Formats: sequence, C-alpha cells, structure tokens
Amino acid sequence: MTTELEDGPILTADDKPLSVALRKALFRQKMRALMLIAPLLLFVLITFVWPIIGMLFRSVDNSVVPETLPKTVAAMESWSPTGPTDTPPEAVYAAFAADMQVAADERTHTVVGGRLNYETPGIASKFRQLGREVKGWDLENDGPFKEKLIAEDEAWGELFIWETIKTYSGGYTTGYYASSVDRRLTSEGVVARDADEAIYLRLFWRTILMSLIITCMCALLGYPIAWMLSNTLDRYANLLLILVLLPFWTSLLVRTSAWKVLLQEQGVINSTLESIGIIDSPLPLMYNQFGTIVAMTHILLPFMILPMYSVMKTIPPSYLRAAKSLGANDITAFRRVYFPQSVPGIGAGAILTFILSIGYYITPEIVGGSTGIFISNRIAYNISSTLNWGLAAALGGMLLIMVMVLYWIYDRVVGIDNVKLG
Amino acid sequence: MVTETSMTDSSAYVAFDGVQKSYDGKTLVVKDLNLKIEKGEFVTMLGPSGSGKTTCLMMLAGFETATHGQILLDGVSINNIPPHKRGIGMVFQNYALFPHMTVGENLSFPLEVRGMDKSTRQDKVQRALDMVRMGEFGSRRPAQLSGGQQQRIAVARALVFDAELVLMDEPLGALDKQLREEMQYEIKRIHENLGVTVVYVTHDQSEALTMSDRIAVFDDGRIQQLAGPSELYEKPETSFVAQFIGENNKFTGRVEELVGDVAHVSVGDTTIKALAVNCGGKGDLSQLSIRPERVTIGELGDNVVDAKVCELIYLGDHIRCRLDVLGNDEFVVKVPNASNQKVPEVGGETSISWSTQDCRALDHAEVAA
Ligand SMILES: Nc1ncnc2c1ncn2[C@@H]1O[C@H](COP(=O)(O)OP(=O)(O)OP(=O)(O)O)[C@@H](O)[C@H]1O
Ligand SMILES: [Mg+2]
Repeated sequence: MTTELEDGPILTADDKPLSVALRKALFRQKMRALMLIAPLLLFVLITFVWPIIGMLFRSVDNSVVPETLPKTVAAMESWSPTGPTDTPPEAVYAAFAADMQVAADERTHTVVGGRLNYETPGIASKFRQLGREVKGWDLENDGPFKEKLIAEDEAWGELFIWETIKTYSGGYTTGYYASSVDRRLTSEGVVARDADEAIYLRLFWRTILMSLIITCMCALLGYPIAWMLSNTLDRYANLLLILVLLPFWTSLLVRTSAWKVLLQEQGVINSTLESIGIIDSPLPLMYNQFGTIVAMTHILLPFMILPMYSVMKTIPPSYLRAAKSLGANDITAFRRVYFPQSVPGIGAGAILTFILSIGYYITPEIVGGSTGIFISNRIAYNISSTLNWGLAAALGGMLLIMVMVLYWIYDRVVGIDNVKLG
Repeated sequence: MVTETSMTDSSAYVAFDGVQKSYDGKTLVVKDLNLKIEKGEFVTMLGPSGSGKTTCLMMLAGFETATHGQILLDGVSINNIPPHKRGIGMVFQNYALFPHMTVGENLSFPLEVRGMDKSTRQDKVQRALDMVRMGEFGSRRPAQLSGGQQQRIAVARALVFDAELVLMDEPLGALDKQLREEMQYEIKRIHENLGVTVVYVTHDQSEALTMSDRIAVFDDGRIQQLAGPSELYEKPETSFVAQFIGENNKFTGRVEELVGDVAHVSVGDTTIKALAVNCGGKGDLSQLSIRPERVTIGELGDNVVDAKVCELIYLGDHIRCRLDVLGNDEFVVKVPNASNQKVPEVGGETSISWSTQDCRALDHAEVAA
C-alpha cells in the first residue's frame, strides 16, 4: 500500500519512504545472491585479482636500491649534480663503500647492480667487480674512498653511475612505466630514449592495430557463418556448430604449427602456387604480420562466431518477414531490421576477440617473426630472458590500462548495454 | 468438401486456384485449396492446429511458394512476385514489432521504404496511431507496451501504407479474454471504416463467428466448408464442421432409405428421420448431428426417443442436461429455464424429441473429433 503526499516522497504503509524500503528489500536479495557466488569470488580474488595487484605493485617497486644501499641513499639526499663533471662528495663514496661491503657479504650487490643495469647498461659489471674488492677494505682507515674507488675503476669517477643511483634511490619508481613507453628517467626529468632503444610504443601500436584487423577479419568472416548457423534446420546447424568448435579439440600449438606448414617458404601454399606457375619465387607468407593475422584470425574465429550465433538465434525470422511484408527488399530488410538486432552479438564477439588477441602470445611467437610479434612476446622476453620483471609488469600494466581505455571508448561509441551473449 | 459460392472469377479479389503445398515432398500440408475472396470481405480461416492455415497465409504473403496451383491477386497471378512487392499488410502471430525501433519508427518503416517524404510520413503515422487509439505512444519502444497495445500497433503498421489486403495470423492468440473481445471489436471497426479486405486466421470459433463475413473451416489441408457464420452453425455440411463449430450431439447409423430429402437412418434398433445433407446412399454409414438447443424434452417433434438423465447442470438461463440416448451418454440438451418448463430428474427416464429438419445426416468420418 502506498500513499502519495502532497509534495514529498511516496511512503509505504508504515511511513517509511518507498525508495528506502525498496533499497532494503533489494539489498537482502543482493546479499543472498552474493553468498551463492562467494566461492567463485574467492577463487577469482586469489587467482586473478591478487596476482594482478602483485604485478601492478612490482611495476613500481624499487625497494632493492634503498634496502641494499641505505647509507648511500641517505648521503646522496643533499647532493645534486651541478654540472656534467660534478661527482658526489667523499661522504657519499664512504657511505657507498660501507653499503657495498655489507651487500657483498650478503651477495646482494649483484642484485642491485642488475637492477640499475636495466636503466644504465654496463653498471652490473662495475658492481660485481667492486663487490669482490670491497670485502678486504678497512672502512675506518682506508679512506678517502673517492680516490680508492676511482683507482679501482674510472667509471666510479663519472657522473652517470651516481646519477642513476640517485634517480632510482626511492622505494618506488615510475621508471619501469617510463621505459614501457620508451622514456627514461634522469635527474633532469623524463627524456625520450634513443631511436634504437625505442621499441615498446611501436609494439603497443602494432598490437592494437593488428588486433583490430584480426577482430574485423573475424567479424567479416564469422558473420555469414553465424547467420547460417542460426537460420538452417537444427540438424544441419548442429553439424555446423561442431565444425566451428572443432578447432577447440586440437591444441593451439598444433594449429599454429599447422599454419607454419602451410605458410612457410617451402610450405604447401607456396609450393602449390609455384608448381602451377603463378609465382616464380616463394611469397613471404609468414614471419611477418601477414602470417600472424592469418593464423590468429583462424584461431580466434570461434570466439567471434559463438556470441554472434547466440544473439542471432534469438532474432525470430518473423522480423525479416515482417520487414518484407512492409515493402522492404532483402537488402533493406537486412540492413534496417536484422543487422541492428545482431549488433550486440558483433559487439560481444568483437570485445572478446579483441581482448583475447591483444594479449596473445603463442601464435605471434611462432609465425610472427620479428615484424609480426605482439607486446606480449616482449613481456615474455623480459620475464624469461632479461629477467626484468618490473618492466614486464609495467608493460602488462600499460596493456591493462589500454584495454580499459579502449573499453571506455567502446562504451561511449557503441554502448556497453548493446553487448549481449544471447 | 468445398462449397463453391456464386462468385465469378472476375469479381474475386483474392483467389486460390487448386493450390497445393508440401514442405517435405512427402506429405501435402495443403491439398487442393480453392478459395475466392471478394474485395472488402472479412474472411476467416478457422481450423485445428496444424491444419494448414498459416501455410495458406504465408503463401498469399509470399513467404512460401505454392507447390502446385495459382494464387491470384486482383486477377493477376502473384506466384512469382516477391513478398515486398505484393503490398499486402500482415499482422504476425507474435506481432513482430521491431524491438530496436520506437513505435513511430516501426510505423514509418513501410513508408520510408516507399520513399515518402518526412512530413507525409509523420502525418500518416499519426493518423494510423490515432486510428488504433494509440496516438500518445509514438515514442515508446515495443517492449514498453502491453500485449494489447503491441497488437494495436501491429495492426496499425499493417495498415499504415494503405494496404488493401491485410492478413492476420491469430493476432489475438496471446491476449486474455476481455482484451480479446475488445480487440475483436476494434479490428472489426477498422475493417468497416477502411473497407480493406481481411484474411484472418484463428482457431477460436467464437472469434470467427463474431468477426467474419465468411468462414473457411480448414481441416487436414482442405476447406471443409466456406460459409457465413449462421449458415456454418445451422447448416454444417460435414461431420467435421458440425463437430468443430458449436456444440453437437451425434449418432452413427446406417442409411436405410432415402425419401426425398429425408434419410431414414437406423441407429441400433431405432430408425431416425433426418435431413439428408451429405450421407451418401442407401446402406452407407452416416453421422447424425443435432444441436443441443434444438432438442426438446417431451414428445413434440417428428423423432421421439427415450432417454435416461445422467446429469443436470444449472446455468441460470438454461439447464444443461446430459442424457443417455441410444447408447450415447454424451447427449446434451439445453432446457430453457422457463416457468412452464418441465425439468427431468437425475436418474429418471424421459422422452426427448426433435424435428427432422434439425437433424442432419452427414458423412461418416472415421476420425471425426
Ligand atoms: N516450415 C515448415 N517445414 C515443414 N513443415 C511445416 C513447416 N511449417 C509448417 N509445417 C507443417 O505444416 C502443417 C501445417 O502447418 P501450419 O503452420 O500451416 O498450421 P496451422 O493451421 O497454422 O496451425 P496452428 O493453428 O497451430 O498455427 C503442420 O503439420 C506443420 O507441421
Ligand atoms: Mg498457425
């Protein structure tokens, strides 16, 4: 029972505002629903959210420097270079020698050296050498350490090492993110890297562009199939659906390798074309962007077809008939009536394919060569080869941010309510 | 059995001429359909589920092709004309309003594809909406309308482009009884105002009886009878029609002899005189059909038989008696609730009677429902 006052909110029978009562009732419902998904929520938290938080943390974590070189960091606080030849005062050198002695005992001097080596290549070996020497030094009497260090290696008398240590002396750093967009932190702020070092922005751009191309290809190729699936008799549709799903039954690696067999220089396609005389020399079909696009379009196609199919399945054929009975020809009926209703399926499929492809790794790795690889291949490289996990995490973080921005743009342009999976 | 009317070809607006339809190449869903519909008529196709009504409508609209025979519209064969060029308005069973367009856009769609300019479109859309009393709803989405409102919009959309022929496939199937009756009246009113030709499909006989000029009763892919509502009810020509339209008492017997238009039919040991309509010749099996309201309690008519009263149901204006007559214990008589009317008692014996004219000797159908 509701009563409407002259000018106030609608009240329930016991004089509480209706909106409050409704919210209360819905809250209880929501809590009960939440209980049901609690196990899943927990699982997702532990296996998904937590690793992501960990990764985002790693992308800014720089604690190794202040923890290994605490005295140096403290001593450096009051120093800032005034010119290209201005090296730190003796106090800094002394503190550094003390820190290094402790670090060498604990064998952490190579860790900090490795960390700084990501920023200024070559530093690691200096740290390693100094670590060996510094063990025998008497910190009380062997000073001044500035001369002693420079005698050890002239590099310690140059500005760049000290500048690097100072720039990366904080517990947190934006340096990895700077690297991930081809920038470098210096004492003068953020500067662009040299052209031969600048690879990530180009890779990001390529990843997005190729993912878009792959998504479009999937949509173009998948739409007619989804349409056919949803408009043939059930028994044919089931057979077709099995054919669409067939690739899922074979390992991804096998499918990608199959593409390799087809596309390589002496592969099926090239040798066939050559034998019937269409081409004289083999076409470069793989180890480039073409190979990646072809293989990934094939692999991601089912992810496009299935959402489109499930949406098209819900569009009754009577709509098309109605459009025709109203005087629309086949094309108009499709364009004005069927297509708009299938857009949510395309949207869902496109988001799915795009997000899958933007983080794809195996296929570009195998058929991509050097021009066809994605950012994720570079992330993997940083994780397994250079062991620069911070940079890998920052690249991953950038990817996450980019996907979110694209999602936001998509929501603006198409509207996320316009996406449905059936 | 098809009843040919006296219309000539030239006056027929829609004509099915020996149309057959098979979906699978094995069975005929529509068997030899002949039907002529005049301009401005309201013709209903009535029949049980699966009897081929929708199929006929779809062939007329152009969504199915006739396997054999011809369909003529205004004297021209339309077999090879695609649906969008036929200019036939259609109201679908589930309305088929485009969910991504507003009501106004739905109505303006057929005008747009005909290339009308914006002001004409707006004009016509508003007029069509007003016609179905939905003038205020142009900017809503179909999903925001009730079933009855959607139905009206579907009717308006089928009429907005001035179609002269409108097909409706069970348009009221999803509505509750009251709304249904309201909409029946509404559709009838629009039909009379606009003078359009309507082909209407339903399997609700009362709907067919109240709305139609003529009714084609379908069964098993054939038109069993094509006639006006009263003729259909009072003069059914086949046992199927007698059974399908209204309530009916039936006996199965054998024709003993034919005297003029009266057939003497033996049911068990009793011989009943009935109007010979469609009963074959001497020795054939025949089904006798008598309407419950044409039977009286007492010995008044030409045929008098004994009956045992099984059940009485009081219905206010009349009393419904279920009797056991000649071995048929589903025999129903409607006894009017009048002051001088003698009402029998349950379990008692009584005699009932009817006149020969009211008892029709029809074909004996093995599978009469
Ligand atoms: N597309 C089709 N393919 C194969 N058979 C069909 C198809 N459409 C209808 N049929 C068959 O044709 C017969 C007649 O169907 P139809 O839809 O015309 O019946 P109906 O009289 O409209 O029935 P209802 O009152 O239930 O709507 C049915 O037996 C049906 O199974
Ligand atoms: Mg039907």
